[in-house]
Amino acid sequence: MRYRTPFREAMLTFRRTPVLSGLSVASIGFSLFTIGLFALVALNFRKALDVLAERVEVVAFVMRGTPTEAISQATQDITAFPEVLELVYVTPEQALGRARRELVEFKEAYRDLEVNPLPASFEIRLKPDFRDAVHAQAVAERMRGFPFVEDVRYGQDWVERLDKIRTMAAAVGLVIGLAFAAVAIVIIGVTIRITVLQRAREIAIMRLVGATNNYIRGPFLIEGAVKGVLGGILAILMSWLTFEAFQRSTGEAGTTLVFFGPLQMSLMVIFGTTIGLGGSLLSVGRQLRNV
Amino acid sequence: MIRFNHVGKVFTNGVVALKDVSFHVPKGQFVFLTGHSGAGKSSILALIFAEQKPSEGEVRVSGYQISKLTAKEIPRLRRRLGVVFQDFRLLEYRTVEENVGFALEVTGARPETIPNRVMRVLTQVGLASKARAYPRELSGGEQQRVAIARALVNDPHILVADEPTGNLDERATRGVFQLLREINAGGTVVVMATHNMELVRDTGYRTIELRGGRIVYDSGVDENGELR
Ligand SMILES: Nc1ncnc2c1ncn2[C@@H]1O[C@H](COP(=O)(O)OP(=O)(O)O)[C@@H](O)[C@H]1O
Ligand SMILES: [Mg+2]
Repeated sequence: MRYRTPFREAMLTFRRTPVLSGLSVASIGFSLFTIGLFALVALNFRKALDVLAERVEVVAFVMRGTPTEAISQATQDITAFPEVLELVYVTPEQALGRARRELVEFKEAYRDLEVNPLPASFEIRLKPDFRDAVHAQAVAERMRGFPFVEDVRYGQDWVERLDKIRTMAAAVGLVIGLAFAAVAIVIIGVTIRITVLQRAREIAIMRLVGATNNYIRGPFLIEGAVKGVLGGILAILMSWLTFEAFQRSTGEAGTTLVFFGPLQMSLMVIFGTTIGLGGSLLSVGRQLRNV
Repeated sequence: MIRFNHVGKVFTNGVVALKDVSFHVPKGQFVFLTGHSGAGKSSILALIFAEQKPSEGEVRVSGYQISKLTAKEIPRLRRRLGVVFQDFRLLEYRTVEENVGFALEVTGARPETIPNRVMRVLTQVGLASKARAYPRELSGGEQQRVAIARALVNDPHILVADEPTGNLDERATRGVFQLLREINAGGTVVVMATHNMELVRDTGYRTIELRGGRIVYDSGVDENGELR
């Protein structure tokens, strides 16, 4: 006769009731899969917004005749701003060169100029965390404080719209994410409850021969945790297959899409384990109180 | 060993199962609980192994007061009792020896001592050769013997049996009853609920008869209620 540890006991459940165990793993897997798909969409949407936000730039135009010392002093000061990622000083000559290269329509017009009409400017790129209306505006205000700065532009409308999209996306994401998570928890709770009900007789017999609640709970908790881990892995697998298929069907555009990193995948498995454990604890606890 | 003192039991649905039930079972006794279906036999047994608590009065078993048992003490009491039912209540996914060994495992018995103790009780109930069988491969009488072996493996002072022969044919009934008599002869108190009057007759064992939740006859006490 083999002695049974709680772990072996839990593993035996999978052999005894393969269909029910498979169903619980599948239901945990599918619940997490829906969350995973949603998270993927959110992740990629955020990434797209971040790419857009890279274009947030503050440009300060410098008055003609500003002494070089003032420029180099200002360069040092501006670089020290906490928001600033990169600062470029564009001389009027560089600005003209750029205009000739980039604005093809004006090529002719700019060629025959006798005086350069373009001012020098500071071009400031912001660090990722500061690419929003509030910080762009703050930097713009500070730039206006320099006496030699004539005008500041940062695409105010555009940045504000980006901000709005971000806020809305976060709110929608939170609501849908919570809804999916709630549904997942309910589904998983029901699955585990079925398992427990199916074993109500066994639990009653265990109690009859003097098993303590902890002794009875042990295998159920291990079982729930294992199902959660398997469900999490299943969800990642399904998300990945879906992701691959989607990426292939979108061709060139799909290559910029991103999948979960190791951290996010571990989070998914940990989340699965937690709800597997929590569901077991809840439903076994209720059963134990009933007997 | 067992003492009921003016015990009443009202279930949550309002059914009055027991009214003013008092009796005392001393060491080593064999007691029959008889009466029609619904008379209260199972309710008395449920109070003994603490599946229920009394609504009134006091139940004492092996020094435990049932109404005051904590969640931790219930398993301890049950390890000192053996319980047997009409429907055997075996675990279908476990072999005979595992079903019996299981009652030892839950007590935290040292694993290496379990096989010997299991084989000892299986031999006692005459099923050593079926140790590796599953319950469904056994006859009703054999399944009940497994249940009895499981009840015995913790060396209980008291064995509680609720219509243990209710599902068995005559031959198996006699076999199981004989086994219970032997267990009692070894000094274990046996409380057995039954409505098989043929079994009760001629044994000379104490008989407590219930009707409508009251004791209407107790062969174990005299007119003054003193133990004979
Ligand atoms: N768990 C319960 N809940 C409610 N009523 C019960 C319960 N168990 C038994 N009863 C009722 O209590 C009465 C006595 O039942 P029981 O003790 O099982 O009788 P017996 O074992 O003699 O047939 C019956 O009327 C029965 O319906
Ligand atoms: Mg009954």
